[in-house]
Amino acid sequence: MLALGLAVVARAGDEVREYQLENGMKVLVKPDHRAPVAVSQVWYRVGSSDEHSGITGISHVLEHMMFKGTKAYPAGRFSAIIAENGGEENAFTSRDYTAYYQFMGSDRLEIAFELEADRMRNLLLPEQEFQKERQVVREERFMRTDDKPEALTYERFNAVASLNGPYRNPVIGWDEDLEALTVDDLRRWYRRYYAPNNATLVVVGDVDPDAIFKLAAKHFGKLDPSEPPVVKPRGEPRQRGERRIRIHAPAKVPYVIVGYHAPSLKTAKEKWEPYALDVLAGILDGGASARLTRELIREQEIAASASAGYDLTAKYQTLFLLDANPTEKHGIDEVEQALYRQIEKLKRELATPAELKRVKAQVIASKVYELDSVQRLATQMGALETVGLGWRLMEDYPERIKAVTAEQVREVARKYLVDKHRTVAVLVPESVDGDAAADKAMKSKKESAGEG
Amino acid sequence: MKAERWMKWLLGALLLGAMQLALAGPAIQHWTTANGMRVYFVPADELPMIDIRVTFAAGAARDGDKPGIASMTSRMLTQGAGGRSADEIAQAFEDVGARIGTGALRDMSWLSLRSLSDPEYLEPALDAFTRVLWHPDFPEADFLRNRNQQLLGIKAGEASPGKIASKAFYRAVYGDHPYGSPVEGTKESVEKLTVDDLKAFHRRYFVARNGVLAITGKLTRAEAEKLAGRLSSGLEPGEAAPPTPPAPALKEPKEIRIPFPSRQAHVYMGHPGIERGNPDYYALYLGNHVLGGGGFTSRLVKEVRVKRGYVYSVYSYFLPMASQGPFQIAMQTRGSQVDDAIAVSRDTLRRFMADGPSAEEIEASKKNITGGFPLRIASNGDIVEYLAVIGFYHLPLEYLDTFTKEIDAVRAEEIVAAFERHVHPDSMVTVIVGGGKEE
Repeated sequence: MLALGLAVVARAGDEVREYQLENGMKVLVKPDHRAPVAVSQVWYRVGSSDEHSGITGISHVLEHMMFKGTKAYPAGRFSAIIAENGGEENAFTSRDYTAYYQFMGSDRLEIAFELEADRMRNLLLPEQEFQKERQVVREERFMRTDDKPEALTYERFNAVASLNGPYRNPVIGWDEDLEALTVDDLRRWYRRYYAPNNATLVVVGDVDPDAIFKLAAKHFGKLDPSEPPVVKPRGEPRQRGERRIRIHAPAKVPYVIVGYHAPSLKTAKEKWEPYALDVLAGILDGGASARLTRELIREQEIAASASAGYDLTAKYQTLFLLDANPTEKHGIDEVEQALYRQIEKLKRELATPAELKRVKAQVIASKVYELDSVQRLATQMGALETVGLGWRLMEDYPERIKAVTAEQVREVARKYLVDKHRTVAVLVPESVDGDAAADKAMKSKKESAGEG
Repeated sequence: MKAERWMKWLLGALLLGAMQLALAGPAIQHWTTANGMRVYFVPADELPMIDIRVTFAAGAARDGDKPGIASMTSRMLTQGAGGRSADEIAQAFEDVGARIGTGALRDMSWLSLRSLSDPEYLEPALDAFTRVLWHPDFPEADFLRNRNQQLLGIKAGEASPGKIASKAFYRAVYGDHPYGSPVEGTKESVEKLTVDDLKAFHRRYFVARNGVLAITGKLTRAEAEKLAGRLSSGLEPGEAAPPTPPAPALKEPKEIRIPFPSRQAHVYMGHPGIERGNPDYYALYLGNHVLGGGGFTSRLVKEVRVKRGYVYSVYSYFLPMASQGPFQIAMQTRGSQVDDAIAVSRDTLRRFMADGPSAEEIEASKKNITGGFPLRIASNGDIVEYLAVIGFYHLPLEYLDTFTKEIDAVRAEEIVAAFERHVHPDSMVTVIVGGGKEE
């Protein structure tokens, strides 16, 4: 089956093609002729992990301001032109990248190229538009974080889990920093990072790669490169004991997040380790038959929800995450201890062959499913390229996962999922209507005899 | 090289005066199985995978005096079926990388399956899927656990201003109509549900004549017929559910304010809109694209977000359902400016209705909708969902083919007249939740 799946991926002429413009801009093209559409994405190597304190959120605010006009295309024109051409467009900012996309009929891509090339170097950043857009971003922050107790807990958790590491600040920025941001800050950020040698163009869809490359050269090739920004390493000092915080917020159900410092593919000295951590995450949380759902939710009924997460493609050192909500019958301490018992079991016992087989089958199937969406495929290529791992990792990934052994899974559990390197954040529900009843939910009914 | 499911032709002058390449949707094949299940199929042989979506007229609108029963029945389907435990069912799918989904909305309950098409992977997935589809066992212990989770979810929703607002909106807009009841039920109603209730609900509604089967992926017509016959064979023929009653129009405006300690107030405004198949659908769709459905180019986004910076998100839509689904305007903004934001939205709606969209706005929206149509049916995942909707709501088989032509044919005065008929700014429900916390 694996062979069948990959045979489809590699149909002649449809493989990824890679080009580079003279000014340093990279171009990746993957044909998919199923429908007469294509997605075009421009990726910049800049995100919240490039920011320092005082200007957090600047990459994301700049992303908003990218829709506020150039001399050639004043505010609103970009969106209007894409819309009139039947396109969908938007942008997203993450820790390690900022990306802009247009999803359109494949015969319309040149329009997107012209507009993106223009705003890569010619953004106006008008003061008045900025003042309004800052308020829009603050509303976005209230919606995504301040009024969502679990998101708020996660934000504060990250700030405590990293003392110096680049992932301590939220992508959307601290509200205080958003209020202090100026247009001059944005202008500096824009000049430094928005240049062809700091960008990658990704196109997936019903296109001819060579023709796309020619079009890209025509529109982006004339842009001047910039001096590439130098970012200091900002390594995370070795953690010397568990850190723990409590977040009080209006909520009804308690919540806990646990994170352990872990290497990503970019930072790992042993390159197999991130793959083993990835498999470990799949053993805990690869669906309804994985351990967290099977044991914590179904068998023990301690957790109402529980998940594990690990992003091996992060640019910097990352965290292996666990989180859970307890059921009504159990306290937050009990669900936390239940998570630790899962970790201890992974350190003690080898994962079963059936578990490894399941995780690997899911990876193989996912490789086929993800080909169904040109947008997802392009996003994957762009992210891998922009963090510096290279798009080819996408093709190697199933083989790397297949090579992971049960012993390796146990070894990374023992090496990284260590109590002393753990940060814990607990959401303490505060009353939403005036009485203090919600706080009772925090008191655990009985002490757990956890092994963690 | 184009896939065969795509047919092209030139519409030429029909399209906005320009010679453009226009595309038809995929050719939909339709038949009915021996025991009465309607099937909608589009072959797509490029990727070695199959998507299946089964819908039943078994949504929360059928809850009657047991709110939450459709939702609970749906979540119990995978919790033990055909003699296999919840563990075994989950494992059967995941061991072959297949993905099962179930869910309940107001009109329908649905099950979906995505699997690799190679029989070595597909067969185990189909075996588990047929158990879930035909013979959910509703084991008592699993039921009690899931009922507790449902209750916890309802409780968690009481701490979400958006969820509180949405529930209050449907209740106020629909009152005692079946759409007024929350899909997940209430604490009181869910606590009373029993396994016998769920079994009776399942027996009545999860039957062949009340269901629609949508299939796309790497299989031939003959294979699809065999698959459809197999999937429906374990279902009782049964009877289609009766139509849901029409939703009465509102007679007067109603404003509901619910305090909540959040930075933002969540606002929902609207009233019953249109049912599926309403002849004004295309005029309203196009008009709403100008008003608040077209993203950055829509009037609501320009007025409320771009000009004034009040919100991150504001939109309007018609949700055509079996009965009159809602017309709705929604946004979130900090408490101190919510009244201004509501006033701007209402004013934007009134001016839109009084003056109608401009010729430029209509042309821009037509270009966006018709030019962007291929994007909406570009993946197998998109297609199987469209097939399910077309089948469930008895839309014409050529719905995807004619959609862009219908939009192109709409004239400005038809938009004004359709809004006049279906949008009533003087009898809207306005729900405002939260915004009480200033830091």
